[in-house]
Amino acid sequence: MSDTDEKLEVALFVTCLVDINRPSVGFAAVKLLEQTGCTVSVPDAQTCCGQPAYNSGDRRTTIQIAKDVIRNFKGYRYVVAPSGSCAGMITKHYPELFADDPDMLLEAQDLASRTFELISFLKDVRGFEAKDVTLNKKLTYHDSCANLREMKVVDQPRALLGGVEGLELIEAEDREACCGFGGTFCIKYSEISEEMVDRKIDNLLATGADTLAAGDLGCLMNIAGRLYRKGHTMKVLHIAEVLAGMGNAPGIGEGTDQ
Amino acid sequence: MKVTSRNFKEKSHDAMQDPDLRAALGRVKEGFTTARSVAASELPEFEDLRDKARDIKDDVLENLDYYLEYFDEKVTASGGHVHWCSSAKEAKEAVLKICQDVDAKTVTKGKSMITEEIALNQFLAANGIEPIETDLGEYIIQLADEPPSHIIGPAVHKTKEQVTELFYEHHQQYGYTEREEDPEKLVGEARAVLRHKYVTADVGITGANFLVAETGSTVIVTNEGNGDLTQSLPKTHIVVASLEKVIPTLEDVSTVMRVLARSATGQEMSVYTTFSTGPKRSDDIDGPENFHVILLDGGRSEMIGTELEELLRCIRCGACMNHCPVYHAVGGHSYGWVYPGPIGAAINPQMVGLEEARHLPNASSFCGRCEEVCPVRIPIPKILRHWREQAFEKQIAPKPERWGIELWGFFAKRPVLYRFATRCASRILTLVAGKKGRLKSLPFGKGWTSVRDLPAPQGDTFMGQWQKKQKQEGQI
Amino acid sequence: MSAREKILGRIRAQKKRGALDGETQDILAARIAKHERNVIPKRGQIPLTEQMDLLQSKMEKLLSTVERVTDASEIPSAVQAYLASQNLPSRIKMSPSESLTELPWGDIPTLEIVTGAGAEEDMVGMSPAFAAVAETGTLMMASGPKTPSTVNFLPENHIVVLQASDITGSYEQAWDRLRSATEKTGMPRTVNFISGPSRTADIEQRLIMGAHGPKSLHVILVGDGT
Repeated sequence: MSDTDEKLEVALFVTCLVDINRPSVGFAAVKLLEQTGCTVSVPDAQTCCGQPAYNSGDRRTTIQIAKDVIRNFKGYRYVVAPSGSCAGMITKHYPELFADDPDMLLEAQDLASRTFELISFLKDVRGFEAKDVTLNKKLTYHDSCANLREMKVVDQPRALLGGVEGLELIEAEDREACCGFGGTFCIKYSEISEEMVDRKIDNLLATGADTLAAGDLGCLMNIAGRLYRKGHTMKVLHIAEVLAGMGNAPGIGEGTDQ
Repeated sequence: MKVTSRNFKEKSHDAMQDPDLRAALGRVKEGFTTARSVAASELPEFEDLRDKARDIKDDVLENLDYYLEYFDEKVTASGGHVHWCSSAKEAKEAVLKICQDVDAKTVTKGKSMITEEIALNQFLAANGIEPIETDLGEYIIQLADEPPSHIIGPAVHKTKEQVTELFYEHHQQYGYTEREEDPEKLVGEARAVLRHKYVTADVGITGANFLVAETGSTVIVTNEGNGDLTQSLPKTHIVVASLEKVIPTLEDVSTVMRVLARSATGQEMSVYTTFSTGPKRSDDIDGPENFHVILLDGGRSEMIGTELEELLRCIRCGACMNHCPVYHAVGGHSYGWVYPGPIGAAINPQMVGLEEARHLPNASSFCGRCEEVCPVRIPIPKILRHWREQAFEKQIAPKPERWGIELWGFFAKRPVLYRFATRCASRILTLVAGKKGRLKSLPFGKGWTSVRDLPAPQGDTFMGQWQKKQKQEGQI
Repeated sequence: MSAREKILGRIRAQKKRGALDGETQDILAARIAKHERNVIPKRGQIPLTEQMDLLQSKMEKLLSTVERVTDASEIPSAVQAYLASQNLPSRIKMSPSESLTELPWGDIPTLEIVTGAGAEEDMVGMSPAFAAVAETGTLMMASGPKTPSTVNFLPENHIVVLQASDITGSYEQAWDRLRSATEKTGMPRTVNFISGPSRTADIEQRLIMGAHGPKSLHVILVGDGT
């Protein structure tokens, strides 16, 4: 599927982590979308997709938030999120939430059909290729579970990274393994999460890459936080930052004192 | 068995400190996952077979009463007996009665999760009947007096050295007075010890992977051949099976067989798949004279027609735990009841109570790999989420956790307040982190910072910066 | 109320219905009676000579050994040669099936043939396969008065005679053969699908052969499939 409409209005679903922790990912997303000829809107009233409540078993709150999101993103041709996890929440889980509410179900399905994860949207819908971007790094890419299993966004990021001048992509072992983030899981079961992220880090470091990219900020903050805690200096970036030519800015958790 | 699911956190902490267990779990991960993926890729029809296997099990659950009665009729027609049992207690008593009727002193046992579930061994032993596990893994943990830690590899947590010690301790009575260290010889020792037990046992007890309605057959799948010796040498064969094991036809069993071993061990077929139908025929020269099927409900009928029904599709292959990063970290015993791993996390709250097992559905990152590899496509994450919702509704979740979510929800539903709060929070965090770009500790954030640094925000929020930008551009 | 009634009652209550109506029951009865095939892997749906090759390669992968003879009369000498090569004793516990007992054993007087069920002390057992499934290199053994199943399990080494004409592509085809062969007698007490010699990986996941069943499985494949 590709939509080559010249001026396409796209609403950015910023995601709460990008909003609070790494706005540069949001700006990278805007830049990339504009490069493919989209006009980007950022609906004002957005907060979060509701996953923290959903995964904690608070269905009532989740439904309320989902209704807000559906209302706030009405009328846009496309809704794009720089996160497989949030896009998955909207496309796969919102319709489940309203299984017993036919009117809302239709609305949820409508939103789901318009919502995309950023990288797959750029590649599949807009036919984007990373031109005129250079990053002289050895990079390894981490598949977030949502992108890998829920959204099936696996080949698109690799294809786009392949177009970046100077970038060497090195695949890690055991790519299908979770990094141990899991939202509130990594806080409630921090020891188990630690074990998982350590295994992930071992595999990432073994590639010899100096840079890590992924499409979900949750995984990236978890992995970057653990890398720093263990004294490693791998640079950690959201893939949108790499593709938008922002790969030389400080990585996640890197600071400006190094 | 004693339920210890409540202590999941403590047990998993201990498990992660145990180097032997870590090595063992590493072997599970490496061995089983690669083998499954090769087996799946070598059969082009594998995904279609998974769909079909799911559909077969769904049809069974939709019409379970019919298939069970059909099965019963066929077993009876072939000279066997079906004992319907509502509860574990009824099942154990039925087994005991059959054993006592033939004056049994010893019973050999094939590997069976259902007899673990009902704690049959302890019950028989308490009633003066010696149960002898014959699957090597089950035999090892029986000697160690431990529950299984994996559905298909009950002793995966045991090292060779531990087996050496167990056999040294327990096999001296049979004349094995040296510590044997070579695994091949250890297997030979168990083979020799158990061989005689098969021949002298009064009753053989097996589980069943399938019950075939069409023929009244019970089916066991093994690699060792122990189940076959267990069920063909003693005079009485008792099959203990839960009711969702019934499958309509031999063709349907063939379909499910094709996904079972591939998902479990990555074999195309297990070495032995045996269909047993009734007792020995009048002119047969071997086989048991009596054939009994204990058909156990054990809480399953209550799951039918509910969110949990899909769990009854489970064929106990173990693929979910073989691929689970949490299982790889904490091992099987941490789950605190018979079924470990994702399937245990999904089913144990039903079997032992949500309050007791509340950790299990929460200790998941929802990575979804279990559902991805489940041969009958059980949506395990969805069921774990169901339990989390139950726990939230029934206020089983700890208060601070609930309050945290409620507080967050309060803001998330009020964009203006949310915007204000997030802008404050991200600015404060940025300020505190300074040039470092990350925080090493955070009040109220120990769950995060006990393991990792917290990457600091980049100053103002995206929404804050965006609005500023829009205003500036508007002014130009 | 009996446990049976209780269980069936609970299932029906959970499904919010009573016993299935006559029409549904007829549909389900017909489903079982027709026992339609589901998905059959293409891999086994090939001409017999190719099935023989597939079967052999699968069996060898499962660590069985396969020997082909063109005529059943060659079996006794083949067995003798096999036992000698493996340093096995010359006493064979044999299923009392005419397909085996009527072979020219007299030609090889050094072999001691004992017919009957398997016993603890047997070192070598020999039985005829009812069929085999090329798809996975699997033997199908059917028990009966002349084919006791214990011969398949108790002896330390197992020799199986398989006629090429008894090879099928899939389990389903093997079931159909069994159904027609046992139309009058019904399902045999035991049907064993055997895919290789006994093995275990219960000690540190190392593969060790001969856990409880035979340590070796030698298949003599008779005929060339034409």
